[in-house]
Amino acid sequence: MVDVPQQSAPAVPPPAETADVHPPDAATWWGRWVFSQDAKYIALQYAGTAVGIGLVALVLSWLMRLQLGFPGTFDFITPEAYYQFVTMHGMIMVVYLLTALFLGGFGNYLIPLMVGARDMVFPFVNMLSYWVYLLAVLVLAASFFAPGGPTGAGWTLYPPQAILGGTPGGQQAGILLMLVSLILFIIGFTMGGLNYVVTVLQARTRGMTLMRMPLTVWGIFTATVMALLAFPALFVASVMMLFDRLLGTSFFMPALVEMGEQLSYGGGSPILFQHLFWFFGHPEVYIVALPAFGIVSDLISVHARKNIFGYRMMVWAIVVIGALSFVVWAHHMYVSGMNPYFGFFFATTTLIIAVPTAIKVYNWLLTLWRGDIHLTLPMLFALAFIVTFVNGGLTGLFLGNVVVDVPLSDTMFVVAHFHMVMGVAPVLVIYGAIYHWYPKITGRLMNEAMGQFHFWVTFVGAYAIFFPMHYVGLVGVPRRYFELGEVAFVTTPVDGLNAFITVAALVVGFAQMVFLFNFLWSLRHGRPAGGNPWRAASLEWQTPETPPGHGNWGHDLPVVYRWAYDYSVPGAPQDFIAQNDPWPGRPAERRA
Amino acid sequence: MAIALVLVLVVVGSVAFHLLSPWWWTPIASNWSYIDHTLIITFWITGAVFAAVVLFTAYCVWRFRHREGARAAYEPENRRVELWLTGLTAVGVAAMLAPGLVVWHRFITVPEDAADVEVVAQQWLWSYRLPGEDGALGRSDAALISLDNPLGVVPDDPAGADDVIIEAGDLHLPVDRPVRMLLRSVDVLHNFYVPEFRGKMDMVPGMITFFWFTPTRTGEFEVLCAELCGVGHGFMRGYVYVDDEADYQAWLAEQLTFAELAQPIRVGAAEPMD
Repeated sequence: MVDVPQQSAPAVPPPAETADVHPPDAATWWGRWVFSQDAKYIALQYAGTAVGIGLVALVLSWLMRLQLGFPGTFDFITPEAYYQFVTMHGMIMVVYLLTALFLGGFGNYLIPLMVGARDMVFPFVNMLSYWVYLLAVLVLAASFFAPGGPTGAGWTLYPPQAILGGTPGGQQAGILLMLVSLILFIIGFTMGGLNYVVTVLQARTRGMTLMRMPLTVWGIFTATVMALLAFPALFVASVMMLFDRLLGTSFFMPALVEMGEQLSYGGGSPILFQHLFWFFGHPEVYIVALPAFGIVSDLISVHARKNIFGYRMMVWAIVVIGALSFVVWAHHMYVSGMNPYFGFFFATTTLIIAVPTAIKVYNWLLTLWRGDIHLTLPMLFALAFIVTFVNGGLTGLFLGNVVVDVPLSDTMFVVAHFHMVMGVAPVLVIYGAIYHWYPKITGRLMNEAMGQFHFWVTFVGAYAIFFPMHYVGLVGVPRRYFELGEVAFVTTPVDGLNAFITVAALVVGFAQMVFLFNFLWSLRHGRPAGGNPWRAASLEWQTPETPPGHGNWGHDLPVVYRWAYDYSVPGAPQDFIAQNDPWPGRPAERRA
Repeated sequence: MAIALVLVLVVVGSVAFHLLSPWWWTPIASNWSYIDHTLIITFWITGAVFAAVVLFTAYCVWRFRHREGARAAYEPENRRVELWLTGLTAVGVAAMLAPGLVVWHRFITVPEDAADVEVVAQQWLWSYRLPGEDGALGRSDAALISLDNPLGVVPDDPAGADDVIIEAGDLHLPVDRPVRMLLRSVDVLHNFYVPEFRGKMDMVPGMITFFWFTPTRTGEFEVLCAELCGVGHGFMRGYVYVDDEADYQAWLAEQLTFAELAQPIRVGAAEPMD
């Protein structure tokens, strides 16, 4: 069943399907760029929208850091505004930027090209997916202009406070718009997600077995399956909270007294919401991480001119991590007041997940070992990813190990941990991926000098932001504090450290503007790249046109003869063999 | 090659920051030094792994950097290496998990002689209730909360009459005596957090949560809320004073019980209240 690595190339198969494709939408500018049904254009729409709303989140992070670094200096940052910044920054980054960009952006662009399909299998549904996503983003953005502003409930939206008057937007439009936007997002995502899954399962070209797919596709595919299983929990939680807020139901609301006034709720459970939220929320971490794992594997392999080490182990690690991530959710709830005996189970499952994750790290390192490492921008970002991901993954062993979590939970240590592991690390992969695939999308390379500047400031700067932040938390500084003030338990003041972190955050933010400028500037002025500037073996680099045309492959679909990692094969004429190259020579000693 | 150098500097800088910077946890004031020890073990294991991984990466980048005419090795997999690494990782993970679970068992096993102390949170202040001479807290009910019964103590429960009520005040605890903190919220989620005690737990309206500890040194300790509870979250502060026995008894003698608090209001009222 498993055919990688293979003993010999299969006999030359019959010609692949040759149906001509005339997409209905390609004729006009409107059809191509607005009501697009071509996955590549939908990918760009998704990416553009995600980056647009992501820039809002970036600015919000500056504002929140200004308050933490220089408390009392900025009058317009009230406690209400601060909690709104925190909430919207978190929700935008996790859901509307990272999830949308990895799955809607990279998934749409790369899946059909990498598996040798002409497009997603349901192009019209794919278009609808984007439009519903855009609607979700607009509803979310509208909450900034609603009376009372957006919700300030924290991105976890824990009831009862999320829908009560003591929280910004709780009794106004903020929380309603947030919940409606999430519901829309999930509807849109489900349409796209079904597309990605069915395309991977049904539309692979001849010879493209599952165990020949690039790890990028494996990562995105597994993450999509997980998202289809996890998002419904958030969906029902959002609907139930809407009912609690609007119809007076009590799903999450026990009998309670707000500011001396008895409310009419009774019998509900706030912890039920937390279970639903984290049943979505923990897989969500891996929904962001698995595509990053897949992509970074391919970046390392291509730019080290070496096959990914232990491909089969890498695939199984992705699948096992995806499955395990559904039984670890309550490690976010060790101090939530749930039955304390759950701690034994969830600490054990959580630490077990470290094993397949560590295997992935080892295999990236062993791919570098005896490689021919080209220090291109994608490779630099991949290396930076390894550093930040390992750092953030290891601090996860603190927080996952139930009793160690007790003093650290709800402190800045947690903020530092999750930013390092699911903020910085995946974003570094996104940048590496953009520098890597930009030539395929535009036909040009991005400017190297600007890219180097962007890389160094982003990598060193992000590490300088989040590494010291762990120690702010270790000191005991709680997260989500508008202002800590002077407290006796902080024996060495952290003010200077906080100011340093804020300055670093502003500098790193500035470097992202350089990236955006480079992205636009290179569209016109970038060096022409040709079809395969990195001399990569996977299918997307073998298209007849660059950028790929409608239908991707011209008249004939490609036929695949090998896995995506035939780099530096002994005896081969060059240091890579494209997946659709029928070169017959296969070294006999490959199964070591 | 700058990247190899920077990777080495990342390791050196991180280790130096960890060892030399003045930012470290606040001195402990409870029996939970076990937690600190487990944390230290975790720091050592993870720190060693981090240094090893990043230094190995730096070495690879330097040693196997592209040279003209060089070609990478071709080695799709190596079962032996993969099994060894998996096994070693499993051992390292178990070395952290095992002591963690042992200490967790202690953390959730309340000793028989622990005294009950109830903490009641609301937006955005702390109140407390002590069991009084009978050693038992009376039942409580959020539906009974009113101006003259701010903690919702059930008046019909005889165990509640001698309960000591500290409304929006500070808590005193006797040193070296284990306490079980019974945590209750009347409105939204809160979390009773005293950094020196190491323990913390959410307070959830509609249920009573708990954690226990033994204060091990006297002094004044700040109470913070550690679960987002609305705009006043960051300002929800209070104090716990850990006293020696004499000071504690002196303080306790000044506090009013539920019955005493209820009495004068009824006497002074124009009509009997129910």
